[in-house]
Amino acid sequence: MSVELDVFVGNTTIMDKEVYQLWLNGYTVNDAVKVRIEGGVMEECEASAEVLLSDTMDQYRTFQMCERLLHHPAKLANQLLFQIPPDRQAMLIERYYAFDDSFVREVLGKKLSKGTKKDLDDVSTKTGITLKSCRRQFDNFKRVFKVVEELKGPLVENIRQHFLLPDQLARDYAAIVFFANNRFETGKKKLHYLTFQDFAFCAGQLINNWTLGAVDNIMEDMDVDLDKEFLQELKDLKILITDKDLLDQHKSLVCTALRGKTNVFNEMEANFKNLSRGLVNIAAKLINAKDVRDFFIDLVEKFIEPCRSDKWTSIDVNLYLTHYTNSVHILDTFKHHAVWTRYMGVIKSCILRMYHD
Amino acid sequence: MPGKLKAKIVAGRHLPVMDRASDLTDAFVEVKFGNTTFKTDVYPKSLNPQWNSEWFKFEVDDEDLQDEPLQITVLDHDTYSANDAIGKVYIDIDPLLCSEAATVISGWLPIYDTIHGIRGEINVLVKVDLFNDLNRFRQSSCGVKFFCTTSIPRCYRAIMVHGFVEELVVNEDPEYQWIDRIRTPRASNEARQRLIFLMSGELQRKIGLKVLEMGGNAVVGYLQCFDLEGESGLVVRAIGTACTLEKISSTLPATATHPSNSSPSKDMKEPGFGEEAPGVPLSSGPPTPLRAQTFSSFSPSKSYSRQSSSSDTELSLTPKTGMGSGGSAGKEGGPLKALLRQQTQSALEQREYPFFTLAAFPPGFLLHVGGVVSARSVKLLDRIHNPDEPETRDAWWEEIRQEIKSHAKALGCHAVVGYSESTSICEEVCILSASGTAAILSSRFMQDGPLDTEHRLSRQPLCVFSTGSERVEGDMGSSASLGFEEVVSPGCGFCHIPYDELNIPFPAQLTYCYCCRRYKVPDVLFTTIDLPTEANVTGKGCLIQARLCRTKKKAQGEGNATVISNLLPFLEYELHTQLMNKLKLRGMNALFGLRIQISVGETMLLGLASATGVYLTALPSPGGIQIAGKTPSDITYEQHISNMQKKINDTIAKNKELYEINPPEVVEEIIGSPIPEPRQRSRLFRSQSESSDEVSELDLSHGKKDAFVLEIDDTDAVEDIHALLTDSPTPAGFYSCNTEIMPGIQNWTSAIQMFTSVRVFRLNANLTNQGLNKIFSDLCENLLKSLYFKLRSMVPCCLCHLNFTVAIPEDELIQVAVTAVAMSFDKEQLLENGKQSGEKTLIKAITENDEQLQFNLELNAETSAPNPLSSPKGLSEVGSHLSARASSVDYSSFADRCSSWIEQLKLKAHTIRRGSVKTTSSMEKASPLPEGRSRSLRSNRSYSGSSVAVVKMTPLSFIPGAKIIKYLGIINMFFIRETTSLREEGGVSGFLHTFIAEVFAMVRAHVAALGGNAVVSYSMKECVFMENPNKNQAQCLINVSGDAVMFVRESELESTSVQTQSATTHTSNGAEGT
Repeated sequence: MSVELDVFVGNTTIMDKEVYQLWLNGYTVNDAVKVRIEGGVMEECEASAEVLLSDTMDQYRTFQMCERLLHHPAKLANQLLFQIPPDRQAMLIERYYAFDDSFVREVLGKKLSKGTKKDLDDVSTKTGITLKSCRRQFDNFKRVFKVVEELKGPLVENIRQHFLLPDQLARDYAAIVFFANNRFETGKKKLHYLTFQDFAFCAGQLINNWTLGAVDNIMEDMDVDLDKEFLQELKDLKILITDKDLLDQHKSLVCTALRGKTNVFNEMEANFKNLSRGLVNIAAKLINAKDVRDFFIDLVEKFIEPCRSDKWTSIDVNLYLTHYTNSVHILDTFKHHAVWTRYMGVIKSCILRMYHD
Repeated sequence: MPGKLKAKIVAGRHLPVMDRASDLTDAFVEVKFGNTTFKTDVYPKSLNPQWNSEWFKFEVDDEDLQDEPLQITVLDHDTYSANDAIGKVYIDIDPLLCSEAATVISGWLPIYDTIHGIRGEINVLVKVDLFNDLNRFRQSSCGVKFFCTTSIPRCYRAIMVHGFVEELVVNEDPEYQWIDRIRTPRASNEARQRLIFLMSGELQRKIGLKVLEMGGNAVVGYLQCFDLEGESGLVVRAIGTACTLEKISSTLPATATHPSNSSPSKDMKEPGFGEEAPGVPLSSGPPTPLRAQTFSSFSPSKSYSRQSSSSDTELSLTPKTGMGSGGSAGKEGGPLKALLRQQTQSALEQREYPFFTLAAFPPGFLLHVGGVVSARSVKLLDRIHNPDEPETRDAWWEEIRQEIKSHAKALGCHAVVGYSESTSICEEVCILSASGTAAILSSRFMQDGPLDTEHRLSRQPLCVFSTGSERVEGDMGSSASLGFEEVVSPGCGFCHIPYDELNIPFPAQLTYCYCCRRYKVPDVLFTTIDLPTEANVTGKGCLIQARLCRTKKKAQGEGNATVISNLLPFLEYELHTQLMNKLKLRGMNALFGLRIQISVGETMLLGLASATGVYLTALPSPGGIQIAGKTPSDITYEQHISNMQKKINDTIAKNKELYEINPPEVVEEIIGSPIPEPRQRSRLFRSQSESSDEVSELDLSHGKKDAFVLEIDDTDAVEDIHALLTDSPTPAGFYSCNTEIMPGIQNWTSAIQMFTSVRVFRLNANLTNQGLNKIFSDLCENLLKSLYFKLRSMVPCCLCHLNFTVAIPEDELIQVAVTAVAMSFDKEQLLENGKQSGEKTLIKAITENDEQLQFNLELNAETSAPNPLSSPKGLSEVGSHLSARASSVDYSSFADRCSSWIEQLKLKAHTIRRGSVKTTSSMEKASPLPEGRSRSLRSNRSYSGSSVAVVKMTPLSFIPGAKIIKYLGIINMFFIRETTSLREEGGVSGFLHTFIAEVFAMVRAHVAALGGNAVVSYSMKECVFMENPNKNQAQCLINVSGDAVMFVRESELESTSVQTQSATTHTSNGAEGT
C-alpha cells in the first residue's frame, strides 16, 4: 500500500515561506520534514507527519517547477502557468537570489567558471552550506554576471532591472560581478578578516569613482571595467615619491598638521615615507591587470598592516589620510590634482572600511 | 453565409528554442477553420516573433461556427526538412455568437502541445460578424446562452423554465482506430482533442436547437460528459434546463434619468424586483422526506449485430460527417423533416421528463421536496456501428429516466430537481446512474401544456404588471384575494411532505413542522439540491461522507455485469446506512447536495457518497445511536458495549457544540437524552443473507425510528462503529461542505482559493472488504487533512463545494480527485453577524414575500393550483396572515427596489469605465515584446511591465464580495497530455502537477481573452490518468468547464459615482432579453 501519486494545485499557487527557505537551503524532503516537525507546525495545525511529508513534497515540486522562471525573474511576472500575487513573486525572487556571506567570501573574485563550480564541494564542507545551495548561489552569480557583463549603463541599475532585485541585493550583486570581472584577490590569508560587506563597500566605491561610467554620463561604456585612461594617468602620481623635494615637502606639511593631534604622531612621522610610497606605488601599478587583482592585498600589506602594528586607531587613520590627501593640493609643483582626488577618495574610504580596530 | 470569422495573429512570446544551432526559432502560424487555412509570414530568428498579420477572414455557416473551433498552429519553419509543430491553440468561437456574451477574443493564449505541454504564448484577435438569418429551417442555434451554473445566473431573471433538454453524440475514438498504430502519439492525441471539440460543439448546437423549439433562450445547469467507452467508441452527452432568461439590466435607472430612452418596450420588461442581493443565491423552499429507492437492472443489450464497417474508421478523420446524434436527426435528413421530428420529440420529451438540472431556484419555484430518487443500470458496451443512429445509448438513458420519473411519482412529486447523470466504465461494463430530488414546483415559470398558447399567457402578466408603482398596487390587491396557494413561511415550506399522509410511500415518521406547526414533516430529509437560502437552519453544517469498498470476482461479459448488478443494491444500502449514522452522530437531520458515486473496477466496486449535513429547524431533532449487543450474557462484552455507547454519546454532544446545534425550542424528551426509551426503538436488522429482490428491502428511509440501533452481532458492525468514530473532526477554524453555501456563515472576505488535489493509492492484493474499507476511508480522510493543513493560512475558512471523484484506473489502484474552493470569512463579525443576519433574513423574507405575491398574481392567468397535493388548507386563515404581511411588504420592498436601482446605475457607470480601461489595457497587452536578449534598458522595462491579469476560479456560482456584471460564455475545454519521459518530468506526480497547472493556466488565459476576470461554476469533470512506469510513459485526459464572467468588487461599486451620461448607449445592449 502506498501513495502512488499526490498532487495539490491551487489557482493561486500556494507557497510556504518556511518550506521555501528549507528548499533554498538545499535540504532534502526528509530533512525538511524533520525541521518542520521540530518547528512545531504539527501541534499548531493538528497535522500528522504524513500530512507534513505530503505537503513538503508538493511544495518542493512547485518550487522546482518555478525554478526555471526564477532564472529569468522578468518572466515570472508575465508567465501564465502559475498565478502568484506580485508581493509573493518579489519574495520568491529576493530569497532565490539571496546568498550566504560565508559562501560568497569563498568565491569572491574567482572566475565564475566550470572549474570553480567543481570545487564547490570543498566550499560546502568548509562553510557547512549544502552543496545544492552552494550550486544555486554560484549559478545565480554566474547568471547575473553573464547577463550584465555586456550591458551598457549603470551596473546596479541593470541588475535591478533585469533580475527585479531590491536595491541592496542589487548592489551586492554588482560587487560580486565587479569582483569576478576584475578577478580581485580576496582569498589570501591576510584578507580573511575582511567580510563580504567590506568588499562590497569597496566595490561600490570603485564602481562609482573609477569606472568609465563614473565620469561619463553617456553610458557608452560599461560599469564593470575600470577606466583605462584614469589608470594611465595614475602613473603621473609617481612624482610624489620620485621627486625628493616634493616628498619632503609633502611630509612636512602633513606632520605640521598632525602634530599634537594624535598619540601615534611619532610613528606617523617615522612611517610617512614608507606609507606614501606604498600608496603611490599601488596607484602607479594599477595599469597592469595583474596588479589590479592584488589591489586589496597591497592595501593591506602596504598600509593597513604597518599602521596596525603601530597601533593606530581608525580615527588616527582617518586623520592621517585626510591630511595626507589634502596637503598635496598645497604643493606648488604638483599638477595632477584631479587624478589625485579621484584616487585618494576611493583609497581613503576603502582603507577606512578595511581598517578594523 | 451567415457569418464572417476574422482572426489576426499579433505576436508570440516565450517560444521554445527550435533550432539548437542558433538557439532561436523561425516561427510562423497556420490559422485553420473548417477546411480553410491561412498562414502568416515566417518571423525569422526570434523567440518573441511579431507577426502582426492581416485579418484572416473565414466566411462560414453559423452552424460551422458553432461546431468548429478555430485552430491555430504555431510552427517552426525549416528549409530542408518538414516544418516542426511547436503547438496549437483551439479557440471556441461560441461566446462570440451570442450578443450578450463576449464581443472579441483578444489576449495571450498558451500554445499547447500534447507531448511538451505549454510552449510559449501567442497573442491573437478574433471577431465574428453575424448576419441575421431568418431561415426557419436553420440547423444552427446561435444566440442560445449556455451556463454551467446550476441556478439562475446572477444578473439574469428567469421568465420561464421550460424544462429538461438532453442530447448525445457518438463517434469512434481515434485512439482505438487502426490508424493509431501507425501515427505518432501526438497526431493521435490531437485527433482526439479536435474530435471532442467538434463533438461538444455539435452537441451544444443541437441542444440549442431544442431550446429554441421550446421557446427558450438559454440553458442553465448545462452538464456535459464524456464516456470513453474504449473500443466501442466515444460518447459525448449533455443535459440541461432550458429557460427563458432576461437580463436584469441596469437600464431602469437610466429610464428615470433619461425619459427619452429609445426603447421603452424593452424597459418595461426590466422591473428591478427580480434582482437578488449579490452573494445570495436565489432559491426557495424545497420539501422533505427521504426516499431513495434503488433499482438496478441489468439488461445485456446485445441486440444489434456486429457488422463493423472498416470505412468508419476514416470518418473520424473528417469528423463532420462521421458524427451522429441522439435525439434529433442529422442534417442529411432534410431540414423540414428534421425540424418536425425535433419539434414533436422535444414536446414529447418535455412532458416525459419533468427534470431540472438546477440545484437552486428562484424564490417561490420550489414548493416541496420529497426526497432523493436515483436509478442505476448496468450495461454491456458494444461497438457503436452507426454513429448516426446512436439509439442504444439513447434507449439506455431513456430507461433510467423513466425509472426516475416513476420514483418521483411514488413520492407524490411531479418533478425532479437537482438532476444529474453519470457513468462508470470498466472494460466493457458500464454503470449508468441518474439521481435527483423529487419535488413539487410552482407552476409559475413553467408551461404545462401545448407550447404556444400558455407560453404567451404566462408571459403576459409579467409585462403588464412590471411597470412602476401600478404594479405594487396590483400586487397588493391580488395577493389578498389569491392567497390560497403556498403562503407558508419560506423557511420551512419546502420541508413539508408532498405525499399523502395516509398513503405514505415508505415508512417514515411524520411530525408537525417545528416551525409553523401546521404541516407534517418527515424525520430526516435527503436531497441533491443546494440548501435553499431562506431555509431555517440551526447551527452550522458539515461535509458528511460515506465510503465503501467491495471486492468482486473477476469476470467477463454478462457474468461480470450480473455480478455487479447484484452487488449494487448492497453497496447503496450500506452507503445510506453510513450516511444516516454519520448524520445522527453529528446531531443533524438533513442532507443537501447528496452525490453518490459508484465506480467499477476489475476486482472491486467503490462507493462514495458526499453530502452536506445540516439541522433543519423545521424537522424534529434526530435521535441518538443505540448499540445493542447480541449476547448480553458476557460481562466484559457488555462493558465494551457500554464504553462504545458512551463514546458515541460523547461524540454527539461534542458535535452539537461544534456545529452550534441548539434547537431553539427544546422538543419533548428527545433532547437531553439522545437515546430514547427502548420501547420506541425499532430495530434495523443488518441482514445480508437475504435476497434483495424486493424493493422494501432497500428502503433506506430508516423512518419510524427515534433512535438508531446498531446491533454489533458481526464484525461488520464493529467496523462500522469504528469507522463512525474515527472520522476526525475538522480542525479549529475550518468548516466544510459540498454545497454552494454554508449555513451560518455570511461574512465572506474576498479571499478565495480554488484548488484541485489528486491522489492515487496502490493497494496490496488480497485485501478483505473491511481492510479495503478502512484504506479507502483513510485515503479520503487523509486527503481532507492535507487540504486543511495546506490552507491553514486562510483560517477561519470554509471549504465549499468539496467535490470528490473516485475512480479505479486499473487493478489495485484507487484515484481520488477533489476540486473545491476555500473561502475565508471574517471571524470578528461572526457574533455580531448573528444579529445582523437575523435582521437580514427578516428583510429578505419580506421581500421574498413580495415576490411570492407576484407569483400568485401571475397564477391567475394560468390554470389554478396545479397540484392537488399542495392544495389550500384553511384558506381564510392564510388569507388573513397574508394581508397582515402584505401591508408591511410594500414600503420596504419599494425602498429595496429604489436602492437596487441606484446600485444598478452605479454599476452601469462602472461598466462603462471599465470598458474603456479594458481597451487600453488590451492594447498594452498587444504591444509587441522586445526581442529576446535585448540590450537596451528601456525595453527591459516594458518587458517586465506587462503583467498577467488575475483570473479567479471557483466552483461556486458567485464570488464573495463581488457582483457579476456579465456572463461571457461557457468554457468547456478538453486536453490530453502524454509523456514518454515520465521520470525526467518528476514522475507521475510531477507530470500531473504540471498538467493541472497548465489546464488552469489555459482556462485563465481564455477567460482573460474573452475580457473576463473569473470563472464561476468551474468543475473538473474528467481526469483520466494512465501510466506505464516501465515504459516511462503516462497519459492524462482532463475535461473542465465553467462560466467565464466579468465581476466588479462591491467596494469598487460603492465608490463609483453615479454620474454617467453614456449609460443609455449601453442600455439597449443590456436589455435584450427573450
